[in-house]
Amino acid sequence: MILGILSLQPLTWPTVATALALGGVYALMAVGIGLVFGVLRLVNFAYGQLIMAGGYALAYGSLWNFATWQSILLCFGVVLVLTVLMDRLVFRPLRTSSPTVMLVATFAVAFLLQNIALLKFGPLSKNVGSLAQLNAPWDIFGVQIKEIAVLAVVTALGCLFILQLLLTRTPLGLHMRAAAMDFRTARLLGVRANRVIGAAVIISGLLAATSAVFLSVQENSISSTFGLQDTIIVLAGVVVGGMNRPIPATLGGFSIGFATGILGGVLPADKTQYLTSFIFAAVIVVLLVRPNGLFTRGGGAVERV
Amino acid sequence: MTGLEVENLSVRYGAVEAVRGLSLEVRPGQIVGLIGPNGAGKSSTLHAIMGSAPITGGDVRLDGTSIVGRRPEEVARRGVALVPEGRRIFGELTVDENLRLGLAGRSARTNGDGLARAHELFPILREFRSRQAGVLSGGQQQQLAIGRALAADPEILLLDEPSLGLAPKIVDIVFEALTQIRDAGLAVLLVEQRAQRTVALADVSHVLANGELRLTLGSKDAADTERLVAAYLA
Repeated sequence: MILGILSLQPLTWPTVATALALGGVYALMAVGIGLVFGVLRLVNFAYGQLIMAGGYALAYGSLWNFATWQSILLCFGVVLVLTVLMDRLVFRPLRTSSPTVMLVATFAVAFLLQNIALLKFGPLSKNVGSLAQLNAPWDIFGVQIKEIAVLAVVTALGCLFILQLLLTRTPLGLHMRAAAMDFRTARLLGVRANRVIGAAVIISGLLAATSAVFLSVQENSISSTFGLQDTIIVLAGVVVGGMNRPIPATLGGFSIGFATGILGGVLPADKTQYLTSFIFAAVIVVLLVRPNGLFTRGGGAVERV
Repeated sequence: MTGLEVENLSVRYGAVEAVRGLSLEVRPGQIVGLIGPNGAGKSSTLHAIMGSAPITGGDVRLDGTSIVGRRPEEVARRGVALVPEGRRIFGELTVDENLRLGLAGRSARTNGDGLARAHELFPILREFRSRQAGVLSGGQQQQLAIGRALAADPEILLLDEPSLGLAPKIVDIVFEALTQIRDAGLAVLLVEQRAQRTVALADVSHVLANGELRLTLGSKDAADTERLVAAYLA
């Protein structure tokens, strides 16, 4: 087999921990993308640029000698403002357009933001300074595991738990789920479109900011393409999991992040440039076998008479 | 409360004029039937009232206030509830969740307990409350759709072909429920294909063809099939 020829590295606990952390962060991004898709039927390709903006906010925060919590606050502020602007200036005016138009529009936004960053912040990457200390290892039962990996897993679980409560236990969550299934009927019942969309956009922004913090620390090198590849991988994961529902989308994001993390750890150093090729080959295989998504029940509910 | 008034309403989709100059009134405690052949403009009228079809002329008033130009969610929150064609149940949500969605149309307008009324009218909705709505039978889903509309404690209830695809026995349940809803003081506008039953049930029935009002019948005219058929074919 091909993998044999590659002479894989042995799987270690730190690799598993890193993979879990990456899975957790990708799961958050998947939810962020999936929630907006649910209510707007829009695949936000520009999600990565929100994360990039958050990364730059952290880098500049450290440059300006902000305390860690101030940098993180700045990151959340920048990402949220950008998310809301994106929604108001691009998504909502195009809401009634075809999905193709909206997809291309988000491409445009993505490249626009990426190039603004290139012009404004230059081609050299920046680091996140003091935040990078979170990459220091913790000794857990004799295994050296990065602090950031533990934090990422805990934070992701916490966010997903809160989100699950919001979606299943509150009227707003019920309205968001209904809008994702059949927006027209939901509105006829009195579900306020603007409120539901606004909530989805804000939550997706919060998740982008959270992801930005973890990805920035892990990579510690912010450039105009920061977050781009992660977003492409997450989008594939969301499609693989099942785009339309929060839980399958989350599992899809987690799985692809976990797989990426494991592969990244076991591939020999000279083969890591093929990492994404392996991941996307797997995506193709999954979609051939389960076109509706890996974690969806086939068919869904049928209309009965 | 003066109910719902539709005056000289016109609805147009592109080049197609679905409703032309329709006027009708629905008072509280009254069932008004709207019957006619396919494509007569019945559903378009309901959607125009809800604000989800393009109104090109005329007025729709709720208790004397025009609601033309309002978004569907605003119309719903002002007390107009629609039971849409094909029921439009959220199959992946539970029966209870579907009912609670109906509460979205309640706003601060009322403090009546619409959920209790829905449960009272359709006991199966309580019995199957935690079941997935998609697994209910067609008749049960229709009861859920009506219950969901009642959850909003509306003043006006619009129904779009509630008997479509239902067994005769279930149609009886639905029509009996409509009588009770009327007796509770709601204004009911019922779009139906079953012309004769509708005329017999409703206080007033309008026959619509080609978007225009052709004939108005009282409940005693149910046996007068000749006029009904003539209006359909006109």
